[in-house]
Amino acid sequence: MSFLGKLTLESVPYQEPIIMVTLAVVAIIGIMLVGLITKYKKWGVLWNDWITSVDHKRLGIMYIVLAFVMLVRGFSDAIMMRTQQALAVNGAAGYLPPEHYDQIFTAHGVIMIIFMAMPFMIGLMNLVVPLQIGARDVAFPFLNNLSFWLTTGGAILINISLGLGEFAKTGWVAYPPLSELSFSPGVGVDYYIWALQISGIGTTLTGVNFIATVLKMRAPGMKLMQMPIFTWTCTWANILIVASFPILTAVLGMLTLDRYMGFHFFTNDGGGNAMMYINLFWAWGHPEVYILVLPAFGIFSEVISTFTSKRLFGYKSMVWASGAISVLGFIVWLHHFFTMGSSANVNAFFGVMTMVIAVPTGVKLFNWLFTIYRGRLKFTVPVLWTLGFMTTFTIGGMTGVLLALPGADYVLHNSLFLIAHFHNTIIGGAVFGYFAGFAYWFPKAMGFKLNERLGKAAFWCWQIGFYVTFMPLYVLGFLGMTRRINHTDNPDWNIWIYLAAVGAFIIFVGIILQFVQLYVSFRDREQNLDTTGDPWNGHTLEWSTSSPPQFYNFAKDPQVSDIDCFTDMKEKGEAYQRYESYQPIHMPKNTASGILMALGITAAGFAAIWHILWLAIAGMLGAFVVFLFRAYSNDHDYYVQPDEIARIENAHLDKVARGRI
Amino acid sequence: MLIRNLSKAALAIFAILLSGCAGGVLDPKGQIGIDEKHLIVVATLLMLIVVIPVIFMTLYFAWKYRDGRDQEIYAPKWAHSKNIEIVVWLVPIVIVIILGVITWGSTHDLDPYKPLEHEAKPITVEVVSLNWKWLFIYPELGIASVNELAFPANVPVNFKITSDTAMNSFFIPQLGSQIYSMAGMATQLHLIANEPGTFNGISANYSGAGFTGMKFKAIATATAEDFDAWVAKVKQQSRNLDSQSYKALAIESENNPVEYYGTVSKGMFNQIVMQYMHKDAGMDMSHHSGHSSPNNGETE
Repeated sequence: MSFLGKLTLESVPYQEPIIMVTLAVVAIIGIMLVGLITKYKKWGVLWNDWITSVDHKRLGIMYIVLAFVMLVRGFSDAIMMRTQQALAVNGAAGYLPPEHYDQIFTAHGVIMIIFMAMPFMIGLMNLVVPLQIGARDVAFPFLNNLSFWLTTGGAILINISLGLGEFAKTGWVAYPPLSELSFSPGVGVDYYIWALQISGIGTTLTGVNFIATVLKMRAPGMKLMQMPIFTWTCTWANILIVASFPILTAVLGMLTLDRYMGFHFFTNDGGGNAMMYINLFWAWGHPEVYILVLPAFGIFSEVISTFTSKRLFGYKSMVWASGAISVLGFIVWLHHFFTMGSSANVNAFFGVMTMVIAVPTGVKLFNWLFTIYRGRLKFTVPVLWTLGFMTTFTIGGMTGVLLALPGADYVLHNSLFLIAHFHNTIIGGAVFGYFAGFAYWFPKAMGFKLNERLGKAAFWCWQIGFYVTFMPLYVLGFLGMTRRINHTDNPDWNIWIYLAAVGAFIIFVGIILQFVQLYVSFRDREQNLDTTGDPWNGHTLEWSTSSPPQFYNFAKDPQVSDIDCFTDMKEKGEAYQRYESYQPIHMPKNTASGILMALGITAAGFAAIWHILWLAIAGMLGAFVVFLFRAYSNDHDYYVQPDEIARIENAHLDKVARGRI
Repeated sequence: MLIRNLSKAALAIFAILLSGCAGGVLDPKGQIGIDEKHLIVVATLLMLIVVIPVIFMTLYFAWKYRDGRDQEIYAPKWAHSKNIEIVVWLVPIVIVIILGVITWGSTHDLDPYKPLEHEAKPITVEVVSLNWKWLFIYPELGIASVNELAFPANVPVNFKITSDTAMNSFFIPQLGSQIYSMAGMATQLHLIANEPGTFNGISANYSGAGFTGMKFKAIATATAEDFDAWVAKVKQQSRNLDSQSYKALAIESENNPVEYYGTVSKGMFNQIVMQYMHKDAGMDMSHHSGHSSPNNGETE
């Protein structure tokens, strides 16, 4: 084994013009960013205020930045797939040979779920949950920073695979035996394993962190059944994370042993059995979709209740419906492989259990409806996303129940009908929710509102683009077109394949508009400042802080006696109180340990992919040494002094007073 | 307005194109497929009972209670109603109970492992997915074919399915159900064609670079005589499928042409399934026999 393991100069895919151009563009953008940061002397700010920050709000923003970057990457894959299929009709080969195309659909799935949707969800949760429960930060701020950098480490690995070696050609589920060494001898599956493994550990730690946060750090008086609904849905999602991500870690660990040490968990020979992987993968994979969608449900609840200026209808039903979805989410995994040959009793059981999930989901929809009922709905951007969700997701739910019927699944399984279904629920459910939350909490995070016109235009592009893309895929599924095929030869399919490609470009315009919206909103920020911290007349505690919130969140612990705690305070005249004196606030110090540990672990992951033994040892050892230093250091915290708090609070309250006149 | 007109136009196009399109799972030519289409239609209609009102109510409520319509009742603190809660839990529960009953019955009726009840004597075909082609062995006739499957219409076909590569899924969309093919074990599928025709067969589970070309034609012959003619045509090929020629066949190939084997060594399918069970000396695989034997073919 050479010094660099399997890594050689031939590992760079020089012969692929698409990849080389992409790398060149990324390099140019990277150089420009470095140049700009240097020119404006922002390296110190970047390091001190962001990279080493343990502030949940800044980590939240960084997660969302990561999500947007990965959205661009994942969507590029989507556009390439749709154009490939549109060009490769009537037996034509298209422009992406299977060698490249198979990597693209694998990367698209992994990136969109693990590195776009998850960071977006966790970013919003970071930003909002501590504020909603009246806490000053999460329970373990350093761990939160480490989680973020582990997620980013995974994302970096998957992006390195573009320019060094290859990515997996297995589909995002990486089913063995295809993902075993005998069928996938390259480094692609190893990139998959280590990218998921490292980010997955970050996610598990996030779950632990936030469960501890909501259990131990709620403001005085806030009972569990008074937590804001978004916090509740995030809590259910975190319980799911803690319960399901270890399964992913374990199953990837077994695949690693197969590939690296010659084990036979899932191989064809040696007594291996791939069915075990498929079961375990979905025992994580199905709860995972609820991890994505439950917080989005919470966002819709917040948005609807805020913009109808009304209490949420059926709060308790909402909480328990989310809980029921979480529990049921764990006993339906087999519906991902009804076609494996299980007995009719087994298939029927899992089919019925899956349908049962439609009950709490249906209840949620009705509760949103009755929240709108007798309200005063303002058609803001978050509301548009919510209404788009309520109509679109209902269709996705219906096709989901259809797929839960084993008899129907036997003909629809793995077809484009299935692809249309899960995009219907993940885009129409989770992603629309994150965009609603993004527009809703953006002023809280940044201190100014987003441009409404561009936000609405982006919404309509996404909404129309979604239907134009995915309704044809439902049809193609009925016409017998299966997923992951490189080219087609059936003239009946062509029109639908073309339509889907057109739809993808409409969504593309929507994404461009979202970036334009960010730019325009930033340029015109002075006209759209949120001076009061409460731009929407919100119900919950995050709106009682300034925008962006004071770094310590709350100068004094809020006293909670209602679900819509801030509305309650405003009605009782207790909001915006000035205090004579403040107590010192205990705050965590920023630390470089998180990024350094993640750096070591990511380097070790990279080394494992390329079989560079010394680097793997050095990376793990480095991470462990940093961990030891951190564990034995006593320099983690400090106190904010009352005079500084008074200065910040008075400045904020003066602004509020001016803003409210 | 524009959107409404656009959606109307889209719906019209949709209806025209869908009715003109043949060859998919909504155009079934076999009993299993017909039953499954029926199931899809019934379940969809049943769900539309909830789905259409929900979509309609969403848009209607959003419009009716929009900001600025002060003539409408505004109840900002109204957040609970026992009666509404009961209804919103009960309606989905009732629908799901009905669907659940349908699920339980149809899953047993359409169980791919269940032999079809039919007066004609079924024929058996052993299916092997290879990189990237399909091998069909007719144990009763002693012949085999690659990427072409033939059987008489109106005769049940019992498939025993395995893989000698990654997992695939054996699927003839117009005849109905698909089943995974997995190495070291045999799965089962029972299908029938109600009318003669040539149907597209595919792998419905991605299995690597040549997956797209892993297609075959399933020919349901009009009469038993036509089928016999096909068998005679295959038998004319002097090639024998044995361990040697199988090894050559199993080598990776893409868009493999149709091939025939006039004779097949006895127990080929069994050998293909069992090969993975005997490689590691000292491993007692006897407790796996229930798992791997193609004769009882259970995967669970």
